[in-house]
Amino acid sequence: MALVSIRNVNKVYDGGVHAVKNVDLEVRDKEFMVFVGPSGCGKTTTLRMVAGLESITSGDIAIGDTVVNNLPPMDRDIAMVFQNYALYPHMSVFHNMAFGLKMRKFEKAEIDKRVRDAAAILGIETLLDRKPRQLSGGQRQRVALGRAIVRHPQVFLFDEPLSNLDAKLRVQMRVELKKLHERLGTTAIYVTHDQVEAMTLGDRVVVMKDGVVQQVGEPLELYNTPANRFVAGFIGSPAMNFAEVTLSGANGKLWAEAPGLKIGVPEPLAGRVNGHSGKATMGIRPEDLHVAGPADPAELCFEVEVEVIEQLGSEILLDTRAGNSTFVASVDPMLRTKVHERLKLAINPNRLHLFDAETEAAI
Amino acid sequence: MAVTAVSGVVNRPIPRLRRLEDERWLALSLLTPTAILLGLFIAYPFFEGVMLSMTSTRVGIDGQFVGLKNFHKIWNDSIFRTSVWNTFWYTGVTTVFKLALGLWLAMLLNRHFRGKALVRAFILLPFIIPTVLSTFAWKWMFDPTFSVINWTLFQLGIITQRINWLGDPDLAMTSIIIVNIWRGVPFFAISLLAGLQTISPELQEAAAIDGARPWQRFWHVTWPLLLPVTMVVVLFSVIQTFADFQLVYILTGGGPANATHLFATYAYQIGIGTGLLSEGAAISLAMFPFLFLIVVVQLLYIRRVETR
Repeated sequence: MALVSIRNVNKVYDGGVHAVKNVDLEVRDKEFMVFVGPSGCGKTTTLRMVAGLESITSGDIAIGDTVVNNLPPMDRDIAMVFQNYALYPHMSVFHNMAFGLKMRKFEKAEIDKRVRDAAAILGIETLLDRKPRQLSGGQRQRVALGRAIVRHPQVFLFDEPLSNLDAKLRVQMRVELKKLHERLGTTAIYVTHDQVEAMTLGDRVVVMKDGVVQQVGEPLELYNTPANRFVAGFIGSPAMNFAEVTLSGANGKLWAEAPGLKIGVPEPLAGRVNGHSGKATMGIRPEDLHVAGPADPAELCFEVEVEVIEQLGSEILLDTRAGNSTFVASVDPMLRTKVHERLKLAINPNRLHLFDAETEAAI
Repeated sequence: MAVTAVSGVVNRPIPRLRRLEDERWLALSLLTPTAILLGLFIAYPFFEGVMLSMTSTRVGIDGQFVGLKNFHKIWNDSIFRTSVWNTFWYTGVTTVFKLALGLWLAMLLNRHFRGKALVRAFILLPFIIPTVLSTFAWKWMFDPTFSVINWTLFQLGIITQRINWLGDPDLAMTSIIIVNIWRGVPFFAISLLAGLQTISPELQEAAAIDGARPWQRFWHVTWPLLLPVTMVVVLFSVIQTFADFQLVYILTGGGPANATHLFATYAYQIGIGTGLLSEGAAISLAMFPFLFLIVVVQLLYIRRVETR
């Protein structure tokens, strides 16, 4: 059993920087938990506190049943994969992977077996005699993974492990990481700034900003019901469109208005607006906009001018403008349109989001 | 005719420049000044030194060619033998201490603490002060009558009699060694610190997670990665210490009773002090094979470490 409990943890650096604020969450056994957020959001600091590489200013971190606050990294039964791999440059691949076992006084035969097993899983059997500098980025990444898995630790910690790989390799390693986790079933905490990695890898995702946890949830939960404007904008690619609107009731209906834009807010969202009247931020994802057809009710449509057309093959991204608000719409690849053409976009009614203008929390 | 004349005018400055576009000519033109300087100030004096050592030249007297007679003579000279032994002892002991203390200091300075920059600057002081001046200060501290060291030890009740630091043959060598270590440690500390700073802190963290205790992290990670820098620093230091002159010349002048002579001071005493120029040259040159061997061995070792 290796659940990781992070209880009310704070980190204040010597200079007074409050890097992690009251983080309180639990990573379940065998779960793949991803911490995501922009740089400086405290995600790496949190991971390093779990690893024991940073001290905890206040709060508790427990791995399994043991509070590890004052345990040195070696006694926490964790393994970590670093952003720059941190392979020992003077040791061969074999010795890099064996080092942790050697330090823990495993028998030679056992070390040999474990290293070769891990190498087989990762497909690096033929590289065992090489030095790290003779390896490509992807191979180094595998060795770093191998060094972590030979130890059979309770928890894997990943610190942006894919950020130094090129785009193609990153996608490939992402898939392999996922497979590896399914195979080993070890609890994992994974830090990244890439929301795609977070969405694809995570059983659950923690979104952080300025040291504060914004939302914890399964990837689709974050995507469908973001807790606030930050999560809404951070999760999803291309990012959600936002427009500053004024809310007002008329004819028994709630309207969200901005220059060049008047949308009838559908239920049940409209029902939750009570007490939020006035200013708000309207959010709609590019994939929840489409070119209006006869079936779309007029109150969910608005007219835009096309500014940029991005042909992606499987879809077209239209950068459009309505008044002073801009909207990116992901539309049918068969659509033929021209820059400066005016067309009508319709909103998928269940997918409209409203955020409080002050607190930015979802309404 | 007219056409060739015109093209000739246009092209005239080009051939000389074009010649420099050829790498061989460029290399030659860039290397020549260095080669001349090296030849004039290193190769020529060395060659002259070799020639001098095989004559019977004294101050004011042009000697004749005598072959290896001077070398034969110094071989049977007990003071020369003492100075050979002294030089090795002096170099060996000081290098070990300088390396150990320098490494220790470098590791301390590599930590984060308040006033780090200031401490680093202060560490360099013994290295920055002209050796002659600092050595005179040490000479004062070792003075039999005015020694501040003796005074302190006396006040602390550790000694009851004066210690004759530079007057006793064994103590004199030890004193010189102490001063050399004091002077040499900053060079080791700063160079090794620079080496330590090239080692990614992530490696230490990875090793800590891998279960290595502090001294294991040092032995398995830091030390092997620092080795190439260490070897270069040791190489420089050994060469400098082996040919050291100033410390001994100022502190003891080779005494008492020739007990602290090194190659360089003895060569000076014979060559300049006594005026036996050729013999002095022979003593100087006797240093050469040893130094050459040290350099070759260390360079080979450095190459092996680097290609590992």
